[in-house]
Amino acid sequence: MDLAYSPEYEQYRMEVRQFLDANRDQSPPPYGRGNGDGKARDWQKLLIENGYAARTIPKEYGGFGGEPDILKSHIIAQEFASAGVRPGHSGDNRLVPTVLELGTEDQKQWLVPPTVRGDMIWCQGYSEPGSGSDLASLSTRAIVDGDDFVINGQKIWTSGAQHADMIFCLVRTEPDAPKHQGISYLVFSMDTPGIEVRPLVTMTGEATFNEVFFTDVRVPKHQIIGNRGEGWFVANNTLKHEREGLGDPNQAENRFREIVDLMQRETMDSNRLIDNPTYRDRLLSLQGRMLAMKFNGMRVLTSQIKEEEPGLPRWIIKLQGCELNHQMAAMAIDSMGELGILYDDGPYLRDQGRWQQRYMMDLGLIIGGGTAQIQKNMIGERALGLPKEPKFEKPLN
Amino acid sequence: MDFALTEEQLMLQESIGGYLRSACPLDSVREATEVGTTHVPKIAAGLAELGAAGILIPEELGGVGMGFLEAALISEALGSVIAPVSFVASSVMAPVALLGAGSQDQRERWLPRVASGEVLIGVGISEHIGRRETDGIFADDDTLTGKAMFVLDGMDADTLLVADNEAQLYLVQASDVTRNKLKTIDRTRSVAEIVLDQTSAEILPGSVNNRKHLNDMVNAGRVMLAADTLGAAGTMLEQAIEYAKERRQFNRVIGSFQAVKHMCSEMAADLEPCRSLVWYAAHAIRAIPDEATLMACHAKAHLAETGRFVARKATEVHGGMGFTDLLGLHYWFKRIGFDRQLLGAPEVVREEAAVAQGWI
Repeated sequence: MDLAYSPEYEQYRMEVRQFLDANRDQSPPPYGRGNGDGKARDWQKLLIENGYAARTIPKEYGGFGGEPDILKSHIIAQEFASAGVRPGHSGDNRLVPTVLELGTEDQKQWLVPPTVRGDMIWCQGYSEPGSGSDLASLSTRAIVDGDDFVINGQKIWTSGAQHADMIFCLVRTEPDAPKHQGISYLVFSMDTPGIEVRPLVTMTGEATFNEVFFTDVRVPKHQIIGNRGEGWFVANNTLKHEREGLGDPNQAENRFREIVDLMQRETMDSNRLIDNPTYRDRLLSLQGRMLAMKFNGMRVLTSQIKEEEPGLPRWIIKLQGCELNHQMAAMAIDSMGELGILYDDGPYLRDQGRWQQRYMMDLGLIIGGGTAQIQKNMIGERALGLPKEPKFEKPLN
Repeated sequence: MDFALTEEQLMLQESIGGYLRSACPLDSVREATEVGTTHVPKIAAGLAELGAAGILIPEELGGVGMGFLEAALISEALGSVIAPVSFVASSVMAPVALLGAGSQDQRERWLPRVASGEVLIGVGISEHIGRRETDGIFADDDTLTGKAMFVLDGMDADTLLVADNEAQLYLVQASDVTRNKLKTIDRTRSVAEIVLDQTSAEILPGSVNNRKHLNDMVNAGRVMLAADTLGAAGTMLEQAIEYAKERRQFNRVIGSFQAVKHMCSEMAADLEPCRSLVWYAAHAIRAIPDEATLMACHAKAHLAETGRFVARKATEVHGGMGFTDLLGLHYWFKRIGFDRQLLGAPEVVREEAAVAQGWI
């Protein structure tokens, strides 16, 4: 147990801080997608040049070309977060690693550099109305016609489809094969004729998701990643990268600080909210859980540095982290009493109304990226070695 | 940055765990509790040989001079086999007090014998967590008068370390006090009521007008009880998983039903991060003293809550058998219940965590 960073990494942390001090006025607003005006593009370019974005993506594909170093990545993330500066991105953290690992040379040259620059924005076409947790049962069909696949079907829960330039999409190309072996992974432009995007308004009042309809969408045959029928394997690679981003313990700690701040600032009957012993006890219970997850995250990080498989401590992050965030949002709402129900805008709104927004969004995150129930199946089967539920396969057509 | 156990710590964990698995099977726990023994000499001697009794005591005083994380690993191992031996009071809390507040003479007189296992020191400080009207110890010259409840490891101890109403610490001879065994749910450990009546006592000089040493003892004790619960809950979870893989109903092992599988996953998901919390809290006692009280409080409270959840769910996974004496699961269930109340129940300890970070 040694929680200090070696001098090499302390030095690196100082460099990141100096960079942020010197350049933070050039950074775009902390949140947002894509390049918008040129400011975000220039910022991303500057970050890549300094090794603070796309750090391990090879130079020939537009990255910085650094050796993988989990501790450096961790320090960058921490320093950007504590400075409140928009971090860079590595393109799309699901697609780019997948293309780099499994794509052809032409595909890497075509897709990775513009994605890393932020000029090519992606959406993910996986879930379908009839295929949620049982994703491998998906039925969007692609049949070969000349040099093209012709796609018909529908996707749902497609985040950001209305702003995306491209989609990576699972389609059924081998209808007679067993369900996991009949899927292919295609990439194509969202401007392709035959694609219709319909926004799906969620309980938050925002349209963060979409339905995407495909009618005779023609995609050249070479726009497949991996081989025909191997799309399930390719997609699992993507999902692995997605899940690691959900339930991040740094986020939980930041959120916890915000609640403490809220409860020390707001008063009721002339007492601070934190002076109410019932609310305070609940807050402290959440702090205990938050700390346990924070240290669990440090343990996982240590395993990754040593290139060891973290096992159970990593399997539980999504399930526990998302639930904890949700409970913290609930705590903030409850402590505010009637003020907690205010939403949208208005003079009495606290923290821009984000606690209700988070409370609802977090429920979406508990469901999305593998529901809590699917997470519990995976923990039970893969980490604890419990047997799978017997399966009753239904015919695909 | 290395949030992991060192090679030496892993070896310690393996040697203590390996020894206890062979020396302390459930049958020997049953045997001990049936005759009312809470400190089995044979098991204790083996542990002392491996360095457990003197884990915190410096080498020049006969111990092995290790830290609180090592002590927590031992406590976890003891909890996982529900060992009927004294540890938290005699080998952790008392050495913390003697090393911090004892005179050179007191350290040399007591600590080598604690490290060898020759002497056990019980600890009576529960009045400083919460005092009932009838309890409390008061000093008058060189004597103490009053009553201390829930003296930890109190029935097996030769010597008792107690605190007066001003948190000053004293050693008294067990033979000089009236001692009554308190029957609790957990028959693997002893707590006593002790009554002092102008009993001669030897003050630890460093504790005069100084609460720090009592606080240090409480922090260390809480982390050890949290680790004990971690071990006990870990065993209950393992047993539940094993049972779920073997027990068949409706022509299937019950672990293939999601209702049962999800109970196991929830237990694992709640318990696994607790390990990191206990490690951190134990490490912080020496390495990050500013956080020691806060982390000890959180480790104690959070393990109490998670321990209760696991104790209940793991019993439930075993169905009716979990409720019987045949499987003996209840020994772990009760040990977790004992750890929860001692040195502050979760609500009490969380309130101390609020104070420790200046919220109130």
